[in-house]
Amino acid sequence: MDLILEGIKKAIWLLITLDPEVLGITWLSLKVSGLATFISLFIGISTGTLVALTRFPGRRIVVSLINTGMGVPPVVVGLFVSIFLWRNGPFGMLELLYTPTAIIIAQAVIATPIVAGISLASIQKLPEALRLQILALGATRIQMIWMLIKEARLPLLAAVMAGFGGVISEVGASIMVGGNIKGYTRVLTTATVMETGRGNFDVAIALGVILLFFTFCINAILTSIQQRERPR
Amino acid sequence: MSSDTILQVSSLRVSRGGTPVLDIPEFSVAKGEFLSIIGPNGTGKSTLLLSLAGLVKRQGGTLLFKGKVVDNGTELLAFRRRLAMVFQEPLLFDSTVYDNVAAGLKIRGIKRDWVRPVIEENLALFGIAHLASRSACKISGGEAQRTSLARAFATDPELIFLDEPFASLDPPTKEAIIEDLGRVMRARHTTAIMATHDRMDALRLSRRIAVMDGGRIVQIGTPSEVMHHPVNETVAVFVGMETMLAGEVRGSSCGVLEVGINHQSIYATGAFSTGDQVICFIRPESVMVFPSGYAADSSARNVFPGTVKKIQPIGLLFRVQIDCSFVLSAHVTQQAMEDLHIEVGMEVVAAFKATAVHVIKNTHLSSP
Repeated sequence: MDLILEGIKKAIWLLITLDPEVLGITWLSLKVSGLATFISLFIGISTGTLVALTRFPGRRIVVSLINTGMGVPPVVVGLFVSIFLWRNGPFGMLELLYTPTAIIIAQAVIATPIVAGISLASIQKLPEALRLQILALGATRIQMIWMLIKEARLPLLAAVMAGFGGVISEVGASIMVGGNIKGYTRVLTTATVMETGRGNFDVAIALGVILLFFTFCINAILTSIQQRERPR
Repeated sequence: MSSDTILQVSSLRVSRGGTPVLDIPEFSVAKGEFLSIIGPNGTGKSTLLLSLAGLVKRQGGTLLFKGKVVDNGTELLAFRRRLAMVFQEPLLFDSTVYDNVAAGLKIRGIKRDWVRPVIEENLALFGIAHLASRSACKISGGEAQRTSLARAFATDPELIFLDEPFASLDPPTKEAIIEDLGRVMRARHTTAIMATHDRMDALRLSRRIAVMDGGRIVQIGTPSEVMHHPVNETVAVFVGMETMLAGEVRGSSCGVLEVGINHQSIYATGAFSTGDQVICFIRPESVMVFPSGYAADSSARNVFPGTVKKIQPIGLLFRVQIDCSFVLSAHVTQQAMEDLHIEVGMEVVAAFKATAVHVIKNTHLSSP
């Protein structure tokens, strides 16, 4: 118990004193996970909407793949992204391994199926007649898709929360493709793992508390937006 | 195509999963007309509306709007922007009532300043001006359907499709909305095609009624033609012809036929020859019921003594089935039921005029 209290005190102290290393790690975590979530929203919402609105042979398999992707372990994603970005891998010439960009790619790969799966379910849940109603109002196909996404905005906020929550808290992929390089690719989760390994539990708890604090703040903002409107 | 035809289709065919669901050789609607499509559930009424609105893929056929072919692409979009559609469910967007009514205009990219007076006018027309700033999720079913109608009329459509628009409303709300819709339709001379399974809604609003069965239009005509002169048994059942009797024409004189049914004769009007196999349809409202021994109305050519077989309440009326060697169905008011003390097993006299009997050829039996 003392250890936890000590950790919380340490976290507060690190934040109050604006410890440059901790601030750097926190900022990198938010930046990397924020960008990865943004990319996953773009790809995930487009994919989910496309699959929800179209009928094609093998659609069920695609839906199953998306649903499976929602539960893929981050270390597996980390492994494959590492292979692809490895010096001799297909994208080795880009020299992205052990850079923040590699972490963004890995985290985007983790979050995209989560966002796509929730988007697919929420667009599919809208009444089919709503699509016809929008078209009958004179909408183009693009306008119709945009209006459907707007209608599904509340469940889509859940997709944002799930996607961001999934990537900010993952450690396996970040450590594999980022390498936990001090001042360059060290994020809150990888730093927490490292400090725990060293036996610096107070610092590890402090980093964990900071991670929880920021995750809570971002989700609280999204939840307040979501709850402001009564669900349909 | 006549000059006042606004919409015309020919050889229209729609299939679902390879199964034909719609086959309409020819169909047209005149400008300013209110046409209702009636028929039992699953006969293709909604599919016909959707295909006329270019919202479902056609397997064949030509759609003409004001004489011009409507095909895919920009023509289809331009066509859709001249029509509106109201479904059974209001299908409102998760925003305010005002924004919902403005949706069609916003889609067309009309400036906000120009939109406001149009929206306010349409909100007022359907009696929902006071709800403008309310969330569409927090209004009643009737208010939601009014919003849906206001949204449809806000774009000033030349043609409006109504797909069972009153089906999920309670009777008083439905009455009020039908009243308002009729007023707006008359004021704007909008052409309307309504799909409904409620023949009374169709009778109240329509200039013409089309009856569908199995993906085909089996009869189209004025409300009186369809209600009193159905072309087959399916239409007859749907328009409320409760008595259907198969018989043979025994003779005719001065346009009055004598049709033999179960050793009895029914007198009807029509042009058939002796020996023709026919079906006689009689509306229950045309059958009068008197106590036994009562001198029936002398103008009724058909008078049959019988026994009350069954009494069924149907809203404010009662359906009385009388066994007179064939079964006749009559609708009787509560007052008449009480005054005449009608009950099951009672001996009564049923009477109806020859002109109340609609006769068609019996296609199930080959003519002699």
